[in-house]
Amino acid sequence: MRLFFLVFLLLFGCTGRDDGREVVKFWAMGREGEVVAELIPEFERLHPGIRVELQQIPWSAAHEKLLTAYAGQVTPDIAQLGSSWVPELVALGALEPIDKIAAGSQTVRAEDYFTGIWGGNVINGRTWGVPWYADTRILFYRSDLLRQAGFAQVPDNWAGWLQAMRAIKQRGAARDYAIFLPINEYEPLLAFALQQPEPLLRGGGRYGNFTSPGFTRASEFYFDMFRQGLAPRATNTQISNIHDEFAKGHFAFIITGPWNIGEFKRRMPAERQDDWMTAPLPGPTGPGASIAGGSSLGVFARSKRKASAWKLIEYLSQPKVQLRFFELTGDLPPRRSAWNAPLLADDRYATAFRDQLERTRAPPAVPEWERIGQQIRIVSERAVAGQISPAQFRATLNADTDAMLEKRRWKLAREASQ
Amino acid sequence: MSRYSAAGWAFAAPAMVMLSLFFFVPVLLAFALSLTDFDLYALANMDDLRFIGLGNYAELLQTPLFWKALGNTFYFVVVGVPLSIALSLGAALLLNGAASRLVGLFRTALFAPVVTTLVAVAVIWRYLLHTRYGMLNYGLERLGIDPVDWLGDPNWAMPAIILFAVWKNFGYNMVILLAGLQTIPNDLYEAARIDGANAWQRFLHVTLPGLGPMLLLVSILTMAGYFQLFAEPYVMTQGGPVESTVSVLYFMYEQGFKWWNLGFASAVAFILFVIMFAITAVQYRFAKARGVA
Repeated sequence: MRLFFLVFLLLFGCTGRDDGREVVKFWAMGREGEVVAELIPEFERLHPGIRVELQQIPWSAAHEKLLTAYAGQVTPDIAQLGSSWVPELVALGALEPIDKIAAGSQTVRAEDYFTGIWGGNVINGRTWGVPWYADTRILFYRSDLLRQAGFAQVPDNWAGWLQAMRAIKQRGAARDYAIFLPINEYEPLLAFALQQPEPLLRGGGRYGNFTSPGFTRASEFYFDMFRQGLAPRATNTQISNIHDEFAKGHFAFIITGPWNIGEFKRRMPAERQDDWMTAPLPGPTGPGASIAGGSSLGVFARSKRKASAWKLIEYLSQPKVQLRFFELTGDLPPRRSAWNAPLLADDRYATAFRDQLERTRAPPAVPEWERIGQQIRIVSERAVAGQISPAQFRATLNADTDAMLEKRRWKLAREASQ
Repeated sequence: MSRYSAAGWAFAAPAMVMLSLFFFVPVLLAFALSLTDFDLYALANMDDLRFIGLGNYAELLQTPLFWKALGNTFYFVVVGVPLSIALSLGAALLLNGAASRLVGLFRTALFAPVVTTLVAVAVIWRYLLHTRYGMLNYGLERLGIDPVDWLGDPNWAMPAIILFAVWKNFGYNMVILLAGLQTIPNDLYEAARIDGANAWQRFLHVTLPGLGPMLLLVSILTMAGYFQLFAEPYVMTQGGPVESTVSVLYFMYEQGFKWWNLGFASAVAFILFVIMFAITAVQYRFAKARGVA
């Protein structure tokens, strides 16, 4: 009976799926993967010859799954790529450059995209992905506490910002702080470092550049906030609920991303809803840069259906589809024309992101970057805890980074000699 | 070859083939891998694979995080294993001695953590251990002790993990020891009592020797299991705070599956294997000398 059922499945199951349409395999992660399913039917209606086979992958497993798929030669046609994975997949040769096809596109126009966000996809002079949504870090702050401390708005430079934080700390209770910088996250420090003129790696991504004057300035500024007691030496697992603590005024600033706009609207108590705001990151002397992140859509080199895959990318890149996507996920559109729509232009919390997205910089585009980033987290956590000095922190980081880049130096040297 | 030994080989062959196919060959391949710098670049192009001899091992010995992971793992084993066995033995003795009809219920209750899903109970433990709202700190506060930041303080994270692991695992050994206790003949206790031995002396001179082989088994199994600490920090702390709960296996996982440094990760696996093998051998020798194995 079971055999009969299997045969039945084989005979009719297959014919049911093979309806003559070209099948495009699309991998999307987490919430985006769930939501994009709602956008696909419209695409299939517009392109009757294409059927999209959507695979939803949890974020925690996505990176491993992509690498395993590459090793097993079963990559999809198109996938959502976290911005930090692009250099890795380029090094693997897993992706197809899109410069040529994008140049002829009516929809995907590079100049409409935020420069830093688009730039994160350009490696070795070629473009490897189209930004799907943008991500960056800005300030969320308690506007009432700032006002009580005598500041009408967030100062746009470090010195003024420090002053404001000191004033807030002085007014608050002894156990309250001005800012929360989770010591197990390295993004705030990275953002300050990206505001500096010097790159984080030198020699074409061959060596660490963490003893440069710029990185020294950025890290001292970061450690200062702990030394002056403006920030607690706490991880984000120690703070059970940042929304709750933020609402109680245990700290007035946090550096976080766009997903928290929705979270704060939902989770801050009603009487506090008018007491919080967003602002772009202050820089050393004026408005500063922040991290360019988010996800891109990339076409895989092994794909046999690149033209259809590109049609899907073009569809998902249309401003009106991106706005719908924003409504569904809260993910920020990476192109300026989408931001002109009232939905975004009139959102008072999103304005600061619009401003910040004009000033983003991507971390170095080397496959080792994610490891280096983790190392920044590990070593800076030690420095904040006082186990090593800030100078030791920079020297250690440099040495560790140089060691991680050894293979890359060897490979580049070998390629140059060939 | 005699007919008997031929038959013996024939019967053993399926098991031997399976064992070599699924154990010895992979182990040899992993060892070969540990002598190379297999990484992301090699995955892309096998020309980028370098044979580096014992380079991974040398680098490993110079990696501070590896030593930290090794130290953390030893801390976990040295405190956790005796604690776990003592607790198992205590619980087994209580269950064995009790004449209550509730013994069955208690046995099930104490064994229950072993069969629960680790991830699910870890989430509950995270609540129990919470600094401000956790039950554990609530209890301490009642006793007038300041709240402990269990999972956030580098000094307390490992004790918290040990507490959790011991609670999760002691039931298993308890059942084995309970079975062992039931095989010790009652006459021995009777004889000892007639000779005037008190409860402690009876435990020391009758129960412990009687349990010898069981204790050896339990300690080898527990030690082997505890050396492979992974899921607890993976779920509860992700190795933090300040890498205080990074175990050797967690370190290996990050190297191998997060950064794709499979050569380096294989070297970690081999070092862990050598350590566990050596310690088990010492344990076995010790037990043999005492005549329990």
